[in-house]
Amino acid sequence: MSDRVYRILLGTVGGIFVLILVGFVVAMATQGVPAFSKLGFSFLWSSNWDPTHNHFGILPFMIGTLETTAIAVVLTVPIGLGTALALAYLAPRRLRAPLGTAVELLAAVPSVVYGLWGLLVVAPFFRTQIEPGLSSVFGWTGLFGGANQGVGLLLAGVILFIMVLPTMVAISRDVLAAVPHDQVEGAMALGATRWQLLRKVVVPGARVGVLGAFTLATGRALGETVAVALVIGNSTHLATSLKANAATIPSLIVSTFGEATGTELNVLFTSALVLLVVGIGVNALARMFVRSVARSGAESVAVA
Amino acid sequence: MTTLSFDSTLDPILSRRAEIQKIASSSVKRRKTYSKIGIAVCLLCLIVACIPLLAIIGYTVAKGLPAWTSVFFTKNMLPEGIPNGGLYNAIIGTLIIDAIAIAITVPFGILGGLFLAESDGPIAGAVRFSADVLTGVPSITIGIFGYIIWVKNFGYSGYAGALAIGIIMLPVIMRAAETALRGVPVNLYEAGLALGARKATVARKVTLPVALPGLITGVLLAVARGAGETAPLIFTIFGNQFLQTNPSKPMEALPIAIYSYSSQPYNDLIQIAWGGALLLMAVILVLNIGARLVSARLRRERR
Repeated sequence: MSDRVYRILLGTVGGIFVLILVGFVVAMATQGVPAFSKLGFSFLWSSNWDPTHNHFGILPFMIGTLETTAIAVVLTVPIGLGTALALAYLAPRRLRAPLGTAVELLAAVPSVVYGLWGLLVVAPFFRTQIEPGLSSVFGWTGLFGGANQGVGLLLAGVILFIMVLPTMVAISRDVLAAVPHDQVEGAMALGATRWQLLRKVVVPGARVGVLGAFTLATGRALGETVAVALVIGNSTHLATSLKANAATIPSLIVSTFGEATGTELNVLFTSALVLLVVGIGVNALARMFVRSVARSGAESVAVA
Repeated sequence: MTTLSFDSTLDPILSRRAEIQKIASSSVKRRKTYSKIGIAVCLLCLIVACIPLLAIIGYTVAKGLPAWTSVFFTKNMLPEGIPNGGLYNAIIGTLIIDAIAIAITVPFGILGGLFLAESDGPIAGAVRFSADVLTGVPSITIGIFGYIIWVKNFGYSGYAGALAIGIIMLPVIMRAAETALRGVPVNLYEAGLALGARKATVARKVTLPVALPGLITGVLLAVARGAGETAPLIFTIFGNQFLQTNPSKPMEALPIAIYSYSSQPYNDLIQIAWGGALLLMAVILVLNIGARLVSARLRRERR
């Protein structure tokens, strides 16, 4: 094979790959756009989902997606950052590597296993222990109205938190550990305590990378499908309480796709298109953040 | 010339140092207390993070192992209430679909990795960026893509599932291959060219063999990633209660079987779902640990 042919072969493979992504976006767009010509734009902010009467408002699902993601992120950021700091600087040296590997392996556990565990183990625990407790302590906020069912918005958010935690921890740990050693030693020489070192030198030094980790975790939470579909209770109404059943865009698609026809199918394609566009945007942003900090190829592949 | 003074009140640097020492020692107790609290909170976070992670593995093993009977591995899925159902058809389906996906993506992904490793232009940048973005796109949208381009034209089938899983695996293999190939010492590559070999020959005889452990790591990670995906399969292979070994027909797969059984109100089906979850998790963890062992060995040899 001459050098020219070899070059052309490799270039073709690269080209095909870009074409896959372009084809992906184009195919999704062609299927997602007809809903707009049939329904206009109002279905994006209508909260009435009633396929038998041709009402296809997807607002409850967009809000459900944002709410579950918000719960997950609010829990993941502090706990993930604390865990990452512990793994990079604080835990006993001997435990750091094995614990780090364990956390990375948990990123690989299939989402359907998280869903199964969430539905069969965590949901009963939520119904009998967590939800009654939260209702009696925080009932005055009005966030915990309705019956204790286990499944619902809160459980979905918590399961998502557990699922995205390894992503947050693994990437933050790498960027925190990559803070230049002379800065760390400089702070120590100035007499900083370990906590001052972490808070004033390490975390600020790694903030762009941590922001990237946070963005990637958000992206994972937004698009998670089967685990959420199993634990959220799949209600098409806007949730009025954290304990209420709800649905997210991915869980709506996966639970209604099988029986959907006509306009409903178009709307589901549009929802998927929204998800794709948001997913590409979030990931492009996250890669920019992470790449500007950690340029270690092997680690980022293992984590991705 | 004045004499050196050690009187801190006269020397500006020493007086500054004395002042700093005074402030530092007056706050040292408070700072140490804060430090202890902060470190304790971080370690507490670590423990909090480990609890659910241990719980999920513990529960899956405890609930899944009793389901691993000979029937589980050798009999097809059966409706609720009928005893002696297993997951044989789902296991075979997963094996066939993943094998097709691997057969397509491994050569394609390694060629793509060669392209990325040997070029730095804007096209390579675009390919690299597409790969990174594609690894993070919600997998459900890849399932819908498979539905649009395959199922709409040819119907639900194992091939459509392999296509969707392949799109998930491809960027992982490509980026890992690029990393592995870039790790090959440049002098080996140049020595090959200096001997008059063509680039394709150098790639085949020098760079690819040297990068082999890294390539294996990438493929194992990609397979682990693809094998666990559920959402893309739901929209492409449809599911099938019976054994189907013809990939042009609707098939069953392990993740789908777990998904559909887990929300059933029947204890025998839920038991089988736990068994399937344990099998899937075990396979994926073994693939991941294998990938790590290969790359750890590689790092030792390079040193």
